[in-house]
Amino acid sequence: MIPVSWILFLSLSLFSIGIFGVLARRNLLFILISLELMLNAVVILFIAGSRYHSSSIANSDGQIMYLLVLTLAASEIAVGLSLVISMYRQHHHLDIDKLNKLRD
Amino acid sequence: MLETIFIMTATITLISALLAITAHNVVHALLYLVVTMLAISLIFFILGSSFAAALQIIVYAGAIMVLFIFVTMMLHQGEKSLAQERHLFHFSTSITAFVLCSILFCELAFILFLAPSETLNDISIAQLAPAITVKQIGQQLYGPYSLLVVISALMLLSALITAIHISKNAASIEIKTEESNL
Repeated sequence: MIPVSWILFLSLSLFSIGIFGVLARRNLLFILISLELMLNAVVILFIAGSRYHSSSIANSDGQIMYLLVLTLAASEIAVGLSLVISMYRQHHHLDIDKLNKLRD
Repeated sequence: MLETIFIMTATITLISALLAITAHNVVHALLYLVVTMLAISLIFFILGSSFAAALQIIVYAGAIMVLFIFVTMMLHQGEKSLAQERHLFHFSTSITAFVLCSILFCELAFILFLAPSETLNDISIAQLAPAITVKQIGQQLYGPYSLLVVISALMLLSALITAIHISKNAASIEIKTEESNL
């Protein structure tokens, strides 16, 4: 059986990669991709928790939380991509550093 | 056996995630992201939750990727956006972010490997429950977790309304700017 620390290590490495993407990229599309990676890192922890929980009654909680996170990711991506389209139509590029005015 | 497959899958996940983050072309990044999602779904299979693995393939590698690809098809301008992206992201601009992230990574790994070892060992040795079937998840969802289903439905509805509203506003703004340009 796989030790828990391996899964924790995978999850935290994926989360660090996601944070690096959010900090280093300036393109809005790549920031959304990094957010997806970070959500996936958290989801791995939920699934591992549902697997390693010792009591047999409550151990589907992790997968139910996975369903919630999946719905959250889908709605976040829908709103985020519509913001990307709106930004591209107004500014004709996706550089978030250029977004320094509150309107127009 | 299982450990070998896990190590290989985890390596593929991390490498393709790094490539997806550092790619200049959006299409390449999306392809690497699909590889990451498929590897994560294999990890879910290894952890014994086949329902979550199937959902990961259907929703992430299917639906969310299609959304990304549609937006990329609308916005991508070939060589021009590639040159813009090379200007926006290169090695010298990302050193600070890399240093900060490696500090965070080292802290997390420090906490992980210096944790009191008996807690982690307890979890590993604990008797594993049988794998969860879809029927059990459905019973949980329509029993004690029915409020969660309602909340996620409301969340999807509000995301739908928000997406329609924002794209409509953007379209009207574009028409206005074109009129003022004329």
